[in-house]
Amino acid sequence: MRTHKVFIVLTFIAAWEVVAVLVNSRFLPSPLLVGATFWGLLSSGALLQHAAVSLARVMAGFLLAIAVGLPLGVLMGWSPKMENFSVIIEMLRPIPPLAWIPLAMLWFGIGFQSKAFIIFIGALFPILSNALLGVRETEPYLVEAGKVLGASDSQILQTIILPNSFPSILEGLRIGLGIAWMCLVAAELTGLKTPLGLGYLIMEARDLGRADTVMAGMIAIGVIGYVMNIALKWMENRLVRWKP
Amino acid sequence: MITLDHVDKTIGELPVLEAVSLRVRKGQFVCLVGPSGCGKTTLLKCIAGLRTYQGEIRIDERLSQGVNPMIGYVFQEFSLFPFLTVGGNMEFGLKIQKVPRKERNDIVRSLIDLFLLQGFETAYPHELSGGMQKKVAIARALATDPEILLMDEPFVSLDAQTRNMLQKELLRIWQKTHKTILFVTHNVDEAVFLADKVMVLTRRPATIKSEFPIDLERERDRTSSEFVSVRKEILRELEEEYVEQVDKGYKGI
Repeated sequence: MRTHKVFIVLTFIAAWEVVAVLVNSRFLPSPLLVGATFWGLLSSGALLQHAAVSLARVMAGFLLAIAVGLPLGVLMGWSPKMENFSVIIEMLRPIPPLAWIPLAMLWFGIGFQSKAFIIFIGALFPILSNALLGVRETEPYLVEAGKVLGASDSQILQTIILPNSFPSILEGLRIGLGIAWMCLVAAELTGLKTPLGLGYLIMEARDLGRADTVMAGMIAIGVIGYVMNIALKWMENRLVRWKP
Repeated sequence: MITLDHVDKTIGELPVLEAVSLRVRKGQFVCLVGPSGCGKTTLLKCIAGLRTYQGEIRIDERLSQGVNPMIGYVFQEFSLFPFLTVGGNMEFGLKIQKVPRKERNDIVRSLIDLFLLQGFETAYPHELSGGMQKKVAIARALATDPEILLMDEPFVSLDAQTRNMLQKELLRIWQKTHKTILFVTHNVDEAVFLADKVMVLTRRPATIKSEFPIDLERERDRTSSEFVSVRKEILRELEEEYVEQVDKGYKGI
C-alpha cells in the first residue's frame, strides 16, 4: 500500500519533469528547480515566517467559527423553535466566502481582521451544519432510553446527544479547517498591510514572473493543509474509539 | 403491580388504543401478543410515561404521571448508548440518580455476574454480538432496581438459537429478581414459553381480546402436547384478527 503511494508520487513528478523539458518555458519550471526554490525559502526561514503569519490568520478565523458555529448548531439541532432560523443559514450558505471580501474590506480594512473574517465565514457553515445534523440525527430511542432512566432534558443533551454527535461535530471541524485554509490564500491575495503570508508570497512571485516561487508557495499550502487534516483525523480516531 | 383502566390513545386522527384495561400482579410475568402494527409499542410507551393518553394507568395503586423510576424499559431497537462501554451503559441510570461511585461499581459488578458478561465490562456496544447487546440493555434497565420491567419485543431481531437462549436467561433472572414483567411480542411460541399469562390484543385500535393463563411447569417443553395446544388456541385467536383485517380491506375496495 505504502510503496504504491510512493510509486504514484514518483511517477507524477517524473511526468511533470518530462512535460517541463518538452515545453521548455520559464513559466513551467521543472520539479527539480521548484524543489531547489522551496529548499532555499525554507532554509532562509522566509517560508516559515510566511506560513506562521498565515496560520495565525487561519486559527483566529477558525476558532471564532467554532465559538459561534458550535453552540448555534447544537441549539438549532436541539430546539425545534431555533431550527426555524436555519432558513437564514440556508440563504447565507451558498454565498462563496470570497464574495464577502469586498464587504470585509469595507468593514475591517485590509488588516488582520478582514482576513480572519473571510476565514470565519468559510469555516462557519460546515461547523454549524455538522453540529446541527449530528444533534438532530440522534436516534429517538437513545433519547427515550435516557428519559426512562430518569434523565432531564439538559442531562439528555449533555450525556447523550452531545457525545453521540461528537463524531459529526469533529468531522465538521475538519471540513471547516480545510475550507478556512483555502479561504486564507484568496483573502491574502486581496491586499495586505504587512507584506507576509503564503498568499502574499505567491502574489509577489507572480509579479516578478517567478513561477518556481509560486509553485513553492503552493506546495507549502498543500503540505500544511494535508498535515492539519491528518492531525485532526488522528485526533478523531483517538477520541472516538467507540465508533465501529 | 400495573393497572390500566380504559386507556385510550389517538395519534392524530388515528385511534391506536381503545379502552385497554389490564392488570399485572406484582411479580407476575405477562406477555402481550397482537398483530403487527396493532399498537403494542404505543401501549408500553404509555405505561412508561413516554406518551400521553386518556384513561388511568396506576403503578401500585398510585396514578402514574410521566416517567416513573419504578419502571425499567427495554427497547425493541439496539438502544445501548454507543459511546459508553458496557459498564458505562449499565451505570447510566445510577449516575443520573447520583449514586456514589463505589456503590455504582458494586452494582455493575453484580449485574455483570448475573448476566454472565464477565470480561466485557469495558467493551463498546459495537464490539458485542446482538444477543449480548440485548443482555446489557436488560441489565441497564435493571441497574436502578425498578420493580417493573417493560420489554418491547426485545429479542425480535435475533436468530432463533440466541432468542431461545435469552428467553431462558430472562426467566432465570426474573426468578432471581422477582420483577414484575410486561413483555410485548408477536411471537406466540415466545409468549407461551415465558409467561404466567398471555393477553391477546386485537388489531388496531388495540384492545384486550382474550387472556390465557399458562399453568405449565417451568422450564417448559416447547414440544409437549399441552404447550402446543395452548399455542394453537392463541394462534387461532390471532388469526381471526388477521382474517378480519383482510375482510375489511376487501370491503374497503
